[in-house]
Amino acid sequence: MFVPGNNPGMIKDAGIYGADSIMFDLEDSVAITEKDAARFLVFQALKTLHFGKKEIVVRINDLSSGLGIQDLEAIVRAGVHVVRLPKTDSAEDVVFCEKEIERIEKEAGIPLGTTGMMAAIESANGVLNAKEIAHASGRLIGIALGAEDYVTDLKTTRSDGVELLFARCMILNAARSAGIDALDTVYSDVNNEQGFIEEATLIKKLGFDGKSVINPRQIDPLHKVFMPSEKDLEKSRAIMAAIAEANAKGSGVASLNGKMIDKPVVIRAQRMLDLAEISPIVEGEEV
Amino acid sequence: MADIKSIYAGIPHIDEISQHGVFEGSKGKRMGTFAERSASQNKIVDSLEEAVRRTGLKDGMTVSFHHHFRNGDNVVNLVVGKLAEMGFRNLTLAASSLTSVHAPLIEHVKNGVITHIETSGLRGELAEQISRGLMDFPVVFRSHGGRGAAIESGDLHIDVAFLGAPSCDPYGNANGYSREEDQSISCGSLGYARPDAKYADKVVVLTNNLVKFPNSPYAIPSSNVDYVVITDNIGDPKGIMSGATRFTTNPKELLIAKTAADVIRASGYLYDGFSMQMGSGGASLATARYIRQMMIEERLQCRFALGGITGQIVSMHEEGLIDRILDVQSFDLDAAESLKKNRFHQQIDACYYASYLHESAVNQLDFVVLSALEIDTAFNINVLTGSDGVIRGAIGGHPDTADGASLSVVVAPLTRGRIPSIVQTVNTIVTPGSTVDVVVTDQGVAVHPDRPDVEVKLRDAGIPLCAIQELKERAEAIVGKPDPIRYKEKIVGVVLYRNNTVIDVVRQIEEDQ
Repeated sequence: MFVPGNNPGMIKDAGIYGADSIMFDLEDSVAITEKDAARFLVFQALKTLHFGKKEIVVRINDLSSGLGIQDLEAIVRAGVHVVRLPKTDSAEDVVFCEKEIERIEKEAGIPLGTTGMMAAIESANGVLNAKEIAHASGRLIGIALGAEDYVTDLKTTRSDGVELLFARCMILNAARSAGIDALDTVYSDVNNEQGFIEEATLIKKLGFDGKSVINPRQIDPLHKVFMPSEKDLEKSRAIMAAIAEANAKGSGVASLNGKMIDKPVVIRAQRMLDLAEISPIVEGEEV
Repeated sequence: MADIKSIYAGIPHIDEISQHGVFEGSKGKRMGTFAERSASQNKIVDSLEEAVRRTGLKDGMTVSFHHHFRNGDNVVNLVVGKLAEMGFRNLTLAASSLTSVHAPLIEHVKNGVITHIETSGLRGELAEQISRGLMDFPVVFRSHGGRGAAIESGDLHIDVAFLGAPSCDPYGNANGYSREEDQSISCGSLGYARPDAKYADKVVVLTNNLVKFPNSPYAIPSSNVDYVVITDNIGDPKGIMSGATRFTTNPKELLIAKTAADVIRASGYLYDGFSMQMGSGGASLATARYIRQMMIEERLQCRFALGGITGQIVSMHEEGLIDRILDVQSFDLDAAESLKKNRFHQQIDACYYASYLHESAVNQLDFVVLSALEIDTAFNINVLTGSDGVIRGAIGGHPDTADGASLSVVVAPLTRGRIPSIVQTVNTIVTPGSTVDVVVTDQGVAVHPDRPDVEVKLRDAGIPLCAIQELKERAEAIVGKPDPIRYKEKIVGVVLYRNNTVIDVVRQIEEDQ
């Protein structure tokens, strides 16, 4: 969930809505005159507030602007989990950012490699370089689509999603090729829950691992889309049980209802159960 | 006739049967038409001043008012202005509540017209000044039920009640709305005015809308009314009520509401035939919406909804989810409109609602959802004084419903801006912690240690719980620990519990903080 980095009220409450990952934004939601204040605020928030088991991401400013380096200096020292690099056009952008992070980690005495990275692809160049970007650094946990800038670059506007299909597929395949997560762009019309659910359903079908949201009200619907159905879970449990039974018998081949279970079927079943495990509906986090 | 006179003295025990002597003929028969009589023989008085004169009001007496016109009220300012002009002094003003529009009372206090105030709440400049020591005699704060009981029992004796009414006939049958054409002002229920009308020595109704006899239905019967004054100036419809109370989109309020609804369901008090009361705050209203969803999914019916009524409750009544509405105060135009058209939407008075002297309606509640300014680690609730110690709220029915309902759920954000809602000790105890069962915040739920039955049910339902102390610490971790408020010795307010025992006091604040 995106949280503007210059809004203390929203920052202090960011952890309560069940978002899996909180992304404090120092870039587009912060006016140029507020950049220093926002950086200071997010730094202090990371140092003092507790967000439970959430993943904490900060979207920094473009590294070419000079602000990006200042952002990195603050948030890497504050112990951010993941740095989100905006407007990533090439693998060089990722490598440059990684070097800066590494330098700051050394200076601050933070174990090297502690800070993760996420690259946001927001241009035609970036989409075409998606594979190289995804492979550019071991720190990358995922790549994401930033649609607003991208559609402007394409000389179009956002509509039913057809304009994003190519970029989504490129990013998804690049992410899978590098073994990292693929994350979808935001849906800006917060009052259109139906439209949001349709888009979330589409990107889940494509294979995305998650989606950015801009309002806590979008979290529940998104989780519902991504939460495996009870039917799917039952099937997955049955598959895993059949595998366990086959293993116990020392048999290399397992079957369920007369059908042989292939390896991809097992992987999908395990993934389904893992997803249910981390889903907030099942999660019984003691607060 | 002659016979009865001669045997009168011989009737056994006649002194115990009647003190009124022998029948000596009826009064002259009235032969005018009903229309003629309504015009000439009625309770209408030409001016407010004349009405005041006829009531026999004297210095030192008690005058009362209702607060159904909320921020649109003009009756208090109009009447007290007139009383000041007529030279009255040393009066007790007993209102069911006072709001920020009543700032002109400050001058009347300074001039000695008003020397005592009794109310459920105070806001705005008047509240500020009272907190800074405006009055010599402390303000007496009562809950709605406590005020009803005090009037019933005579603890609060009202000499003259001045009651604004959006409809009234020439004999004083008055109501908060009208089925006649003129509906320029409407406040729905007149529940908090009815004990005043019933028990005051003299009752003056002020109305902008004189309708033909009989005004039907009425909240206040003509038998309780002495004089009727017609004036266009009873209130401003815009301040009296808004349209439908809007449903919140604030994600934090929605989160609290969702959790509160989950708590209620898990507690076992949401069953077919249950009863409930919901506040009018954002989170309480949203809770009603989640409860509605659960009722539809589980096919549950609510027997009655009580209290201040909103459009939210009305729409649930109209879609068949709530059988009966008991309405002591209508919060929005939808509620007022429903009172007019829905026959099972019943107007009730403050005593029926919450007086401790009998089995009032709050005692029939399964659950109530209440808000709070401050909650302390003993579950005591403050809804009266702000974090700066200044009076800025109203007791309302808070202690009445918390005590009456089998499950009282108090909802509040953990912090409001930089102010923690969960504190070690509340500034002012309004509702004792022993009547508060569950506290729901955006960052955790705490169950009162005296309710292990509820705690077990919530745990079984997978609702994460924590100790109230932990909530306090979490709030302090975010916003820090505020410096204690510094007060002077002077007591400016006395808070009475619903049975009219003293539960706390409000002191004058120090200026330089």
